[in-house]
Amino acid sequence: MKTHLALESPDISRAIVRIAHEILENNKGSENLLILGIPSGGVPLANRIAKKISEIENRDVKCGVLDITLYRDDVRLRPARTPQETQIPNNKVDAMIVVLVDDVLFSGRTIRAALDALTALGRPKKVQLAVLIDRGHRELPIRPDYVGKNLPTSQEQSINVKLSEIDGIDEVEVTS
Amino acid sequence: MKHLYSINNLSKSEAISILDTAKSMAEVGGKAVKKLPTLLGRTVVNLFFEDSTRTRISFEAAAKRLSADVITFSAKGSSVSKGENLKDTAQTLEAIGADAVVIRHWASGAAETLAQSNWINAKVINAGDGTHEHPTQALLDAFTLRESLAPNQKDLSGLKIGIVGDILHSRVARSNVLLLNLLNAQCVLIAPPTLLPIGIENWNCQYSYDLDSQLAELDAVMMLRVQQERMNAAFFPSTREYSRDFGLNSTRLSQMKPQSLVLHPGPMNRGMEITAEVADSNQSVIRSQVTNGVSVRMSVLYHLLSGDAA
Repeated sequence: MKTHLALESPDISRAIVRIAHEILENNKGSENLLILGIPSGGVPLANRIAKKISEIENRDVKCGVLDITLYRDDVRLRPARTPQETQIPNNKVDAMIVVLVDDVLFSGRTIRAALDALTALGRPKKVQLAVLIDRGHRELPIRPDYVGKNLPTSQEQSINVKLSEIDGIDEVEVTS
Repeated sequence: MKHLYSINNLSKSEAISILDTAKSMAEVGGKAVKKLPTLLGRTVVNLFFEDSTRTRISFEAAAKRLSADVITFSAKGSSVSKGENLKDTAQTLEAIGADAVVIRHWASGAAETLAQSNWINAKVINAGDGTHEHPTQALLDAFTLRESLAPNQKDLSGLKIGIVGDILHSRVARSNVLLLNLLNAQCVLIAPPTLLPIGIENWNCQYSYDLDSQLAELDAVMMLRVQQERMNAAFFPSTREYSRDFGLNSTRLSQMKPQSLVLHPGPMNRGMEITAEVADSNQSVIRSQVTNGVSVRMSVLYHLLSGDAA
């Protein structure tokens, strides 16, 4: 087993700053923005992006958590997982521009589940996707709008995103 | 977790995971779409050999909210009244393609028999078997206690719960004693000596014949129904005497801690084990128990039916 560092802490910070600016540029400001993190890795990333946008815009940008456990398509294939709490500021999804945030985009199945979970909450105006790592191997027609880093991998490799809020350190490792 | 016919099927972490998941299930009621796709295309059969209102409706609502198909079978008006045995009934359900069977039966051990047999592949959930166990009731009671009395902890440590009434015939009490112990709560059984089972010393909990002496220490009291249909011997002299010694009225409620809770698994005999004022008081969480029942049963169905094709 070989492990190498793909991203270090400053790389991650720079990626988040860039994504924050791209979100603002793309949506012409922060009006009606709602940043939703997908547990577990997406949640701290969503918080960081929302904080950065708030700093740039000088206003509070809404940020929440979207749990997708009960919308997965592999319920029969994996043991039960305990869902996390979904938190939507003011319970309002209708007419918002939602940016879903996850750490790694792989098959795309998590995002498919997230779209279903979101639809059950209301009807957003637009849904966009931000990921820290896009590692390819999509199994569904889903593409990200904002990418921290494209990391071409083989199916056998595994990617481990560590974030200081959860793991005490910021880094991305590739193990093969 | 292969089946749920007894609280003994659960480890502490599994029990806590069921309660945590139930909290997420409860969120569904507040969404624009009050349904989850989690069990789409699965079939849940409710197999009821004994009358029930809330448990049957609760399981039915739980399965439907998870998008499962539900077939409800009650022994009355079925082939059971023509003498069909449990094995043949079960194999009929298997042939229909049941993924989970929720069984309520008058015979203690019926759910375990079904689970341990090779008659069916479906997951078995005990919805009450004779005087043995009623695990989902205990789980919804624990969920209700945790939400109201210990919202910041995972287990129920530090709480003292009284279970009052017909312990002898109560499957609710048996499951609750096991689960309260598993979740580190203290538990005291309170009943006349005739309504405590033989061997109560070995139940790993306290017991008492005197309700009044216990009230001040309890964080919650679970009042059990006096089961008229099982009162086939002289367990107590008269219903009035039972009600005077073991019924929960406003005077007794005022001797409990101000934030203490009153639970009842239902159906209630108002005026017998509980007065109407107490049942409708602010400390009564009897209606939340019913609401929580649906969330807890959704959680149990989800946990049992996850990963079965792995």
